[in-house]
Amino acid sequence: MTTRRRVIRKVMAAVAAVGVAFTAGCSGAGSLGAADDVVTIALVSNSQMTDAQKLSSEFEKANPGTKLKFVTLSENQARAKITMSTAMGGTEFDVVMISNYEAPQWAKNGWLHNLSELAAKTPGYDEADFIPTLRNALSYQGNMYAVPFYGESSFLMYRKDLFEQAGIHINPDPNYQPSWQDVAGWAQELKNPGRAGICLRGKPGWGEVLAPLGTVMNTFGGRWFDENWNAQLDSPQVKKAVEFYVDLVKRSGELGAASTGFQECANLFGQGQTAMWYDATSAVAVLEDPKAYPDLQGKIGYLPAPIVEKPNSGWLFTWALGIPKAAKNPEGAWKFISWMTSKDYMKLVGEKLGWARVPPGSRTSTYTQLPQYEAISKSYGPLTLRSIENTDPQHPTVQPVPYTGVQFVAIPEFQDLGTRVSQQISAAIAGQKSVDEALAQSQEYAEVVGRSYQEK
Amino acid sequence: MTATLESGVAAKKKPRKFSPWGVVAWIAAIGFFFPVFWMVLTAFKQEGDAATSPPKLFFTPTLDQFGAVFDQGIGPSMLNSLFATGMSTLLVLLLGVPAAFALSLRPVRKTQDALFFFMSTKMLPIVAAILPLYVIVSNIGLLDNIWALVILYTAMNLPIAVWMMRSFFLEVPGELLEAASLDGASLWRSVREVILPLVSPGIAATALICVIFAWNEFFFAVNLTAVNAQTMPVYLVGFIAGEGQYWAVLSAAATMSALPVILCGWFAQNKLVRGLSFGAIK
Amino acid sequence: MTLTADTEDVVAERVRKIREAKDIGVSRAEGWRRRGPLLPALIFMLVVTQIPFLFTLYYSTLSWNLVRPGSRHFVGLNNYLAVVKDSQFWSVALNTVVLIVGVVIISAALGLLLALLLDRAFPGRGVVRTLLITPFLVTPVAAALIWKTTILDPTNGILNWVLSLMGIGPVDWIGQFPLTMVMVELIWQWTPFMMLLILAGLQSMPRDILEAGRVDGAGAFQLFRELTLPHLRRFIELGVVLGAIYLVNTFDAIYMMTQGGPGIASANLPFYIYQRAFLGFDMGQAAAMGVVVVIFTIAIASFALRLIFKSFTGKEEAA
Repeated sequence: MTTRRRVIRKVMAAVAAVGVAFTAGCSGAGSLGAADDVVTIALVSNSQMTDAQKLSSEFEKANPGTKLKFVTLSENQARAKITMSTAMGGTEFDVVMISNYEAPQWAKNGWLHNLSELAAKTPGYDEADFIPTLRNALSYQGNMYAVPFYGESSFLMYRKDLFEQAGIHINPDPNYQPSWQDVAGWAQELKNPGRAGICLRGKPGWGEVLAPLGTVMNTFGGRWFDENWNAQLDSPQVKKAVEFYVDLVKRSGELGAASTGFQECANLFGQGQTAMWYDATSAVAVLEDPKAYPDLQGKIGYLPAPIVEKPNSGWLFTWALGIPKAAKNPEGAWKFISWMTSKDYMKLVGEKLGWARVPPGSRTSTYTQLPQYEAISKSYGPLTLRSIENTDPQHPTVQPVPYTGVQFVAIPEFQDLGTRVSQQISAAIAGQKSVDEALAQSQEYAEVVGRSYQEK
Repeated sequence: MTATLESGVAAKKKPRKFSPWGVVAWIAAIGFFFPVFWMVLTAFKQEGDAATSPPKLFFTPTLDQFGAVFDQGIGPSMLNSLFATGMSTLLVLLLGVPAAFALSLRPVRKTQDALFFFMSTKMLPIVAAILPLYVIVSNIGLLDNIWALVILYTAMNLPIAVWMMRSFFLEVPGELLEAASLDGASLWRSVREVILPLVSPGIAATALICVIFAWNEFFFAVNLTAVNAQTMPVYLVGFIAGEGQYWAVLSAAATMSALPVILCGWFAQNKLVRGLSFGAIK
Repeated sequence: MTLTADTEDVVAERVRKIREAKDIGVSRAEGWRRRGPLLPALIFMLVVTQIPFLFTLYYSTLSWNLVRPGSRHFVGLNNYLAVVKDSQFWSVALNTVVLIVGVVIISAALGLLLALLLDRAFPGRGVVRTLLITPFLVTPVAAALIWKTTILDPTNGILNWVLSLMGIGPVDWIGQFPLTMVMVELIWQWTPFMMLLILAGLQSMPRDILEAGRVDGAGAFQLFRELTLPHLRRFIELGVVLGAIYLVNTFDAIYMMTQGGPGIASANLPFYIYQRAFLGFDMGQAAAMGVVVVIFTIAIASFALRLIFKSFTGKEEAA
């Protein structure tokens, strides 16, 4: 008994000692050697950001004395955490990754540093090189408050070989934009028991099903609110659009559509289990990867986002970097941001990791001044650039609207409203309620939001 | 008394003959273990092989995914998890054993109320309290500090530990206590030399449960830490890419994350079951 | 034998009550000495849990949208009224109850069966036990994702592949049966926990009683019902209480598998509150919902625990 007591005492003492050592180590964040300049960065976990983390040692080499610390989270977690921290004036992060949804709103709230000022003082940064629509989407009163790391629009991806086999001819005109009715016809033809005609997102989430569905709503002539903030989700155009989308998915789409997002469609397309896929232009990072899908190389065709009434209906989205007002180290933060979004960084990725991994859709020079990138991106590069350039977040719909944003409504309430509406649509896709019921419920949600804007 | 012990031991030494119940047990075990097996298997696949139809049992394995997991720096998260889990479990035992003792062997008048209070602390959904917690933690300067997690995990596990250990204390036969005090031993000595050894396997079991809950805790960790105090579950979630393929690399990260706890559980579970059932000694 | 035990028990109970009654007022010092060991834990819990709770109560009286700065103002009990009127809240509450009751009961039943299986000797028993407890050890976030992507995926999941071998067409499990699938995943994770507790109870049972019963000619099922089950009752109840109280807060499975959908078919209260807090950023509303959940849980729990406490106090039956 006594020996055991002694042993227990020794163990507890050891643990206590370790505990004290740890406290001493953990509480001194700056006591890591000589590096006094620490930059804390919050990123979303996509492959392009993971690549940046890998290459961050290059930054540290070029800037001795600066230490980088990363937090990488999945999109929903990152959004929630970064928003809470920034809104509460938290000092945890020097650099935050946000999208063109948050940037203008947060700039208006005074939560972000003015980056155009800092860019003007950085020679060679060339702020004007950013694709104009992206630049505007991240600006407030003419100044950028976040700079894009990579950007995307949406387009239609299809299997050239399957189309040939079925005898479907595509108009070769470079300005051709297919109609949704055409696409529905092709999907119907190419569908068979082992393969979907088209893969479309159906997962609930304002950034999931609502991304493609939002563009379909826009191009059918629908809108979320009219100029007087009356909710329009039960209008005939929106109804037509949503019915079309739900029918298309049910008839020629993938099984389990109600829980299908980007990841799942990518998988299906890669395995040859769907003939078409309408989704983000950044999907090429997955599909055109010879290591992941060697059999697919050279068989993928690309077309602009399908339209009905409104042309150029692709969405506009970017993951961008900003500096919260309460950041402890804004100078270090800008040093890092300007490195990660510079032209040199593109070259660095190309040389070290391969030209297919260059972050797409942020700088025009990526498409015009990088011959190695041009060489490998012949089938999708120019189309990506054009899609992004042609979006119009200021006038996303056929009829006038009081809001901006293509696949979202740039108001703070939209995260909640969009998620709730997307849940209704998802239920309709799963067959658990009719489109009418889903839209009726969605209309109620939207009316609540609209009212609060009418009272302003 | 000894008869019981012997019959327990004798049960183990029965001739290992084929029994249909054994087959059923094996089928159940394989069924329950299968998802874990598949997760570990997927960790060795390329992303293209990770989700196929039909599912691939044979493929060319690769260590790429584990490489990616380690590339992103698994060390700090692992250490943080170890510290938060170990320290909070230690605190839970230090606070909980005396509390369970007080609520069982030497009952206080308001035993039921105290027990109910402990349980009621777990009734508030932490999602509703996370903003107040964030404000409090941030104001006392413990944001992104591992000690915030230590304190919260202790508070999270203490009610469960008190309830469990109280059950084990209740199993101590009253006669033993009587016998000890009759011998003239002080309360403290009788506790230390008679009772604690009896319940120590039960305490070990409780400790393991606390370790499991603390190690796998996600919500507090993701909201109250940033870079310095990041734990394994948060590190793990960082592999879920929004636009990209991640099933294989996520399986690898999940395997690494679950490994310490699984090894802990596997080695301890023998002791655990024996300990939870110390009552064979009458 | 049982008769004597009963009488002994009753006597012991009476003696204990007399002793306690004597204690009142006689030895206050003794009372404090008894409370002593409890105090550190009690004080710690009071400080760490009640202060945030008070903050939450305060926030629940505010209308505060985190992303609309300057929108924070006092509204009294308005948030609570909004909760009562929110039909989705109550529908989600029903989901929560169904989830908790279903998972606890089924995993306890499965745990009981598995514990009974493991109580016998057969080749490789240790290995089987090891394999069976593994689900409880895997991080819930990872486990939920594994289930969703590799097992339940309609096109590439293993379940549908196995079913296709038997000629059954592909089923969209998560789309058609969202709440059920979440429950299945939770049952998979919690059955080992129940199994361990019940196994402990089984192995702590004195065997000589069973032997005596068998000698008396009782059948296996009778033995189980009359002798084993009552002894196990304490452990089953412990498992049920701990499991239920933990499952009230369950979040990871729903977040990872279904995001509460389709619609709100598989949302539970923590997930719903999470969406209000981190999508709507309506902090006051989320806090009010949290408080409502606490009130209801306390009401239900105090009723349930009163039943359980009857068997918790007092000593076990004599050997």
